[in-house]
Amino acid sequence: MTPLPRWIDIGLLPAINLLLALVTAGIVVVLIGENPFRVLRVLISGAFSAETLGYTLYYATNVLFTGLAAAVAFQARLFSIGAEGQATLGGLGVGLTCLLLDPTLPPVLVVVIACLAAPVFGAAWALVPGVLQAWRGSHVVITTIMFNFLASGLMVWLLSGPLKEAGRGSPQTRRFAEDAALPYLHDLLGSFGIARSPLNVSIVIALLAAVGVWVLVWRTRFGYALRALGHSREAARYAGIPIRRMIVVTLLISGALAGGMALNEILGVQHKLILNFSAGYGFTGIAVALMGRNHPAGICAASLLFGALFQGGAELNFEFETITTDLVLVIQGLIILFSGALAGMFTPWMTRLVLARAVRDG
Amino acid sequence: MAVPALRLRNISKRFGTVQATRGVDLDVMPGTVHGIIGENGAGKSTLASIVFGLHTPDSGTIEVDGTPVDNLRPVDAISHGIGMVHQHFMLVPGFSVLENIVLGLEAGFRLGPGLARARVRLAGVCREHGLDIDPDATVDDLPVGVRQRVEILKALYRGARILILDEPTGALAPHETEQLLALLDRMRASGATVVLITHKLHEIMTVCDRVSVMRSGHLVAERDVKDTSADELATLMVGHDLPAGGEEKAAVEVRTVLEVSGLGVRDAGGVRLTDVSFTLRAGEILGLAGVSGNGQSELLEVLAGMRPVSAGSVSVGSRRIDHAHPASPAEMRSLGVSHVPEDRQRQGLVLPFDIRENAVLGRLERCGPGTLVRPAVLQARAEAMIGDFDIRPPVPDRPAAVLSGGNQQKVVVARETAESPPILLLGQPTRGVDIATIGLIHSRIIELRNRGCALLLVSADLDEIFALSDRIVTLCSGRLAGPLETRSADRSVVGMMMAGLDGGAAA
Ligand SMILES: Nc1ncnc2c1ncn2[C@@H]1O[C@H](COP(=O)(O)OP(=O)(O)OP(=O)(O)O)[C@@H](O)[C@H]1O
Ligand SMILES: [Mg+2]
Repeated sequence: MTPLPRWIDIGLLPAINLLLALVTAGIVVVLIGENPFRVLRVLISGAFSAETLGYTLYYATNVLFTGLAAAVAFQARLFSIGAEGQATLGGLGVGLTCLLLDPTLPPVLVVVIACLAAPVFGAAWALVPGVLQAWRGSHVVITTIMFNFLASGLMVWLLSGPLKEAGRGSPQTRRFAEDAALPYLHDLLGSFGIARSPLNVSIVIALLAAVGVWVLVWRTRFGYALRALGHSREAARYAGIPIRRMIVVTLLISGALAGGMALNEILGVQHKLILNFSAGYGFTGIAVALMGRNHPAGICAASLLFGALFQGGAELNFEFETITTDLVLVIQGLIILFSGALAGMFTPWMTRLVLARAVRDG
Repeated sequence: MAVPALRLRNISKRFGTVQATRGVDLDVMPGTVHGIIGENGAGKSTLASIVFGLHTPDSGTIEVDGTPVDNLRPVDAISHGIGMVHQHFMLVPGFSVLENIVLGLEAGFRLGPGLARARVRLAGVCREHGLDIDPDATVDDLPVGVRQRVEILKALYRGARILILDEPTGALAPHETEQLLALLDRMRASGATVVLITHKLHEIMTVCDRVSVMRSGHLVAERDVKDTSADELATLMVGHDLPAGGEEKAAVEVRTVLEVSGLGVRDAGGVRLTDVSFTLRAGEILGLAGVSGNGQSELLEVLAGMRPVSAGSVSVGSRRIDHAHPASPAEMRSLGVSHVPEDRQRQGLVLPFDIRENAVLGRLERCGPGTLVRPAVLQARAEAMIGDFDIRPPVPDRPAAVLSGGNQQKVVVARETAESPPILLLGQPTRGVDIATIGLIHSRIIELRNRGCALLLVSADLDEIFALSDRIVTLCSGRLAGPLETRSADRSVVGMMMAGLDGGAAA
């Protein structure tokens, strides 16, 4: 197959898919008796107004971490869907660090250690599925799903027992010390008059991680080996790439990135450990990676889109009686369907078009 | 005059910037074997794919038995009685012969009754064409030559009267090639039409009635085989006279650089090699002949560090590799062993990677120091390889997947010979490669030998073995026979050794 120009592959095709998703969602909106253009306007202004942009970016940060996590694994053709559990464990890492250290250490130091603990715990949760895949051939899809369940079970037990704040009914820990948190952007950049939102420094960490992933995958020997392995196991064997070690290390990196999500949710916003804070962002990350073609730039764009959907969707809920949270989910689902699962639908058609033009232009 | 079985007019096809075929006109008469030859990348496979409906031509018309067909898709091609055997096998591993043959033709919801009917019909087709194939054998277990016949059988079973074969003999041993050519002969006798794409001129001279020559997408010449010669065809293909081959061999220096002793290899599939011993000497080409599937691939993989040793040992310099002390491919490379693998598509290349990235497969140290991969270094490497081996099209950022078979092989050979390795393992280095490129690869092999490299040449092509080797060994059922000095070796003796008859006493 003739490769398409890059701008078509990562620019035009996703745009067409997105448009198609919006048209289909529009039809659904018409069917329930609302004006789709008004809905779209509310969705967009609900996601990108001065007051709400921070929320959009805060949601985007979550799926940026999990999207990068999925993409790194996909590059090696490892279909890891463990971001959910790895993020949960990342949260545990943050929580334990803060709970144990905030009485004694200065807050800055606690935050730094917590920033390391999140990826380390996330990676640790990927270790067993990685080793099982590499040495026993147990499929990583199955093992990471099981580890997602284990992670949430573990959290329920910890938060209703050992880590629960004494004298409280709900399953959560005590709040961390006042300054043991990642600063909000509206606090840092207050002089620029940024509206209050949960957006915090972790978005910078996420963006740095995106750059890091790009360098890792496309500019290092490790990344070369990773992609070679993803394309052809036999060629990797020929090249002497240590396949088992690569599988484990790749999944560790993926787990570390997923763990990063806890920085946003726990260290940035909640300031205490709670149940289910991963809230499906791990799974959404898979759609983000698919839509972003496993490329950090694409994933940043897709994260923004999904952030806007989460935030704008919530606005829809306020604005229209007929549009319930379920319908917002349907719309998100349509976008995932068209941009993720059906991402390749128009590729053959587009290839033909491009070839026809190339021939006509000589 | 009879109506052509296949009539092509003005067929053009372009891939991006590459014009694969340009205005090709071709008539293939019924009941003939029509050869197509041409350099790598000349557009032969593309033309065949167009006739079979795999590619849509940008312009031109196709007539089958005088009826125009357009918008051809493979299903239509089959219903018009066109069958194709691809350059690369397309059988489903793990399926039996019978299952592979009915694949896509299953009638009804339940497989059983259809299979039973198919079995009866298949036996009929086999009888008709004098083919003897066990329908229940799993295709993985079959030697390449038989797999090839399964592909042909598959086309015949679908009622093909016009059969297109794209380089069918590339992977075959000499006697398998003979059998195939005999089969084509019988098919012609029974009225079928065959289009045979090949690089081997003697096949054209043996079996074809007429031959067309392609160069850079054009059909440049057409001859009746009885009015032409292999020499004329070779010249037509390349567009100029070929330099006379046969460089003088340098004196053999006797310094052993690699020693295999008592080597045994076993895996889940059984015993692959038994008690294999030989030495590789600097400045010498050791030819390994044998019908494929007799342990050659396994031997190459062991020497390349891709497969563990079960018994015996391999020594390179002071390093001794045995069951307890395995070596990785990376270690073998650092010991100076370069490897052109037999299967370039699966092992030698990462097909979606471009030439730049493929230039350092297994050789990441060539990207420069440190852990970073520098695009500029890869670019320079790729450009050097392209210039050195005349890789076409000369575009470093082209994925290996879209290069023609011969150009893919050039990429692999260029990479593996880039830094004059002391030891070079060559697995079928010229399989599916055109004459000009074969010349290029052969002269590179000889040049390396003259510079003191020790080469192990595994080839199914006896001519190649005899033309290049200083000594010859053979493998049959995992047992080694020989070596013989090529000067004093006799083809019939080597043939007997390949068949496992003790023709040659160890020299
Ligand atoms: N799918 C494709 N996309 C882009 N370019 C292609 C594609 N298929 C073939 N080409 C190009 O078209 C040209 C003709 O290729 P083709 O495979 O027909 O050559 P060939 O004569 O069969 O060569 P060989 O003897 O090496 O098999 C080559 O330059 C090749 O790189
Ligand atoms: Mg070809």
